Amino acid sequence: MSWDEFIVTGDPFILAAQISIVITTIVIVFGLTYFKKWGYLWNEWITTVDHRKIGIMYIIAAILMLFRGGVDALMMRTQLATPNMQFLDAQNYNEIFTTHGTIMIIFMAMPFLIGLMNVAVPLQIGARDLAFPFLNSLSFWTFFMGAMLFNLSFVIGGSPDAGWSAYMPLASNDLSPGPGQNFYLLGLQLSGIGTLATGINFIVTILRMRTKGMTLMRMPMFTWTALITSVIIIFAFPILTVALAMQTFDRLWDTAFFTLQDGGMPMLWANLFWLWGHPEVYIVILPAFGIFSEIISTFARKRLFGYTAMVISIVAISGLSFVVWVHHFFTMGAGAMVNSVFSITTMAIAVPTGVKIFNWLATLHKGKIRFSVPMIWTLGFIPNFTIGGVTGVMLAMAAADYQYHNTYFLVSHFHYVLIAGTVFSCFAGLIYWYPKMFGHKLNERIGRWVFWIFMIGFNITFFPQYFLGLDGMPRRVYTYIPEEGWFSLNFISTIGAFMMGIGFALLIYNIYYSFRYEQRETTGDSWNGRTLEWSTSSAIPPHYNFAKLPKVSGQDAFWEMKQLGEDTNEIKQYEKIHMPNNSANPFVMSVFLFIASFELVFPMVDYCDFRVDWNTCMYDSKVVY
Amino acid sequence: MKFEPEEVKISENTPLEYQSQSGRFNILGFWIFLGAEVALFSTLFGTYFVLINRTASAVQPQELIDLGLVLMMTLVLLTCSFTCGLAVHEMRLNQKKRMIGWLAVTITLGAVFLGLEIYEFVHYVSEGATLSASAYWSSFFLLLGTHGLHVAIGIIWFIFIIIQVVMRDLNTISASKVFIGSLYWHFLDVVWIFIFTGVYLLRLVI
Repeated sequence: MSWDEFIVTGDPFILAAQISIVITTIVIVFGLTYFKKWGYLWNEWITTVDHRKIGIMYIIAAILMLFRGGVDALMMRTQLATPNMQFLDAQNYNEIFTTHGTIMIIFMAMPFLIGLMNVAVPLQIGARDLAFPFLNSLSFWTFFMGAMLFNLSFVIGGSPDAGWSAYMPLASNDLSPGPGQNFYLLGLQLSGIGTLATGINFIVTILRMRTKGMTLMRMPMFTWTALITSVIIIFAFPILTVALAMQTFDRLWDTAFFTLQDGGMPMLWANLFWLWGHPEVYIVILPAFGIFSEIISTFARKRLFGYTAMVISIVAISGLSFVVWVHHFFTMGAGAMVNSVFSITTMAIAVPTGVKIFNWLATLHKGKIRFSVPMIWTLGFIPNFTIGGVTGVMLAMAAADYQYHNTYFLVSHFHYVLIAGTVFSCFAGLIYWYPKMFGHKLNERIGRWVFWIFMIGFNITFFPQYFLGLDGMPRRVYTYIPEEGWFSLNFISTIGAFMMGIGFALLIYNIYYSFRYEQRETTGDSWNGRTLEWSTSSAIPPHYNFAKLPKVSGQDAFWEMKQLGEDTNEIKQYEKIHMPNNSANPFVMSVFLFIASFELVFPMVDYCDFRVDWNTCMYDSKVVY
Repeated sequence: MKFEPEEVKISENTPLEYQSQSGRFNILGFWIFLGAEVALFSTLFGTYFVLINRTASAVQPQELIDLGLVLMMTLVLLTCSFTCGLAVHEMRLNQKKRMIGWLAVTITLGAVFLGLEIYEFVHYVSEGATLSASAYWSSFFLLLGTHGLHVAIGIIWFIFIIIQVVMRDLNTISASKVFIGSLYWHFLDVVWIFIFTGVYLLRLVI
């Protein structure tokens, strides 16, 4: 392997990206040095074990990844805007839809929600930190290094191009040569370590660190969803670990798990991938449900309707999430019996989800609703998500699925649930807890513009895609011809995509604008909240969260305290508390894991060649001098 | 982490490893981690059973498996689980030296097991049953290799724990580490029971 195979060359877009990466790096390094911020960055952020700072870092990383995934999406939409478009070639298009899917699920949706969980959950249960602060930092840094490794593929070695589901044998050495797919395997493996550790951390925290009187059935709904999500993580992620390991072995060491010869079974990959992949969908939607439950109850100024039913629903969803995976490949031909069973289990998920929708509506009923920005995102979520849910039930019917399978109907369905569910909840949660993280709200006026532009853009993008799908347009095609008649709907869809892009840009502008001009919080209770996180002082609450651990006597603990006129910050007696020290170890360990994974990315033989090349270069240069 | 919330009263009878909050948290956290390990090995077993007849043109497992050797490995591993239990028992009696002694026996038996397994693998490979010979052998080596890797990690881990106990004495922190190490060790034994029956004994009847 020579240098020009190592660094991707010959593509103007990638060249531009490489140049911008170099320039950005120089600017960051120069800026940090000029303003003397290296120490601040190291002491306050990189080595921190504070759950709120780690949460904020998760969210920043997730927003960066949302930008990257969003640019991918806009490039795809531009390519599909008109028939026979020449913007991207087939290979580029394959790479871009692969990285778009992987980044949005693994490096955007999950870290965003885990970030919000980090910020809110310990505060909601009245704890001073997570159970394992050191492990939490390690989780973040392995996730971050995994994400960086995956993104590196863009400029070094080439991106993976076998789809985010990386089906075999498409992702095998024969059909996906080069290191691209290895970046996918190692990047996901590395960040998967962090996710598993996060799951363990939250279960122990929620089970063992609740404050006095905070029984399980008094926990805020977001904490409940965090707990159940963690349980799903514990049982789903090891499956991915094994599947990724097997594909890595197939690619690097010639094993025969998913090969076409030597008895391998390509469909085994699809089964294992979706055995993890479907629970993964619920890992990114359950916390979203939790966020919406918090917001609805706060802004309707009512206790959440049907709390117990909500809890039962989440538990039911988590159980069902493990028994529906075959619906991702009904067309595999497993037979009528198998397809029927999975069809029914899939439709059964609509029941607990429906219960939740009705509970939210019932909470709104006769509530004194305030239409603040988090609330309008939530109100936008309910109808849009329901459209996604209903089309999901359509897809669940195995017989009909033969018609929809791998068309834009499916693409539209999962974007309706993942954007209207997960992305809306990330934005709503970010805006809702923003004062708790940064000590000021985001501007309401700009916030409303963001919502309307993004929400309308979202519908303009994806609603036409249902009809494109019914019209037979398959997913993952990089172009189409005019005779197929897909031009007008595709063009409308592209316009919507750019509206979403503008909405996102405006959200980022709002962060800057609010940082400059928005009024600072004086109390910790920004929204007249109901749960404990609002009882402690705002503007990044002190390192120890609560000066005195609160005592809880019912649901909506802080609301009750306010009704009774209790001052939660009043301290009669000081007591010693212990907070964990900062540590550089998680960062250093993750850097080493990153290096080790990077070594594995380049196939052994080629890698040796590359080393030989390198040595020859060195040797040559010595000869010259 | 030495702080104690004041409301937690430690009784005399509480085992040392449960006396500190971090000890209790770590033990619970490790149980949950073992839950994840169960999922991990279930996936490996699932893969193994899916691919069990996919030997392609490679050598058949029936021709290679030597149940005598495997029985010996099983006895060694079961015994070291027992000695590991004895070590924890001695720890509860605050007999540091005896505990270290039993841990040393455990490590030694673990190493013997590992040696036998490596011998077995080398033998198979020499007969043509390599990692890439067929889907069956890939899944066989991945399942047993993962178990063997866990045993190797367990041995290294126990060595570090012993060093820590020697240097810092038995306290709430090191005791919880010994206890967690023992949980891990017993778990590997449980997995081996399934490997012994599912991979080896099953070959007697199918």
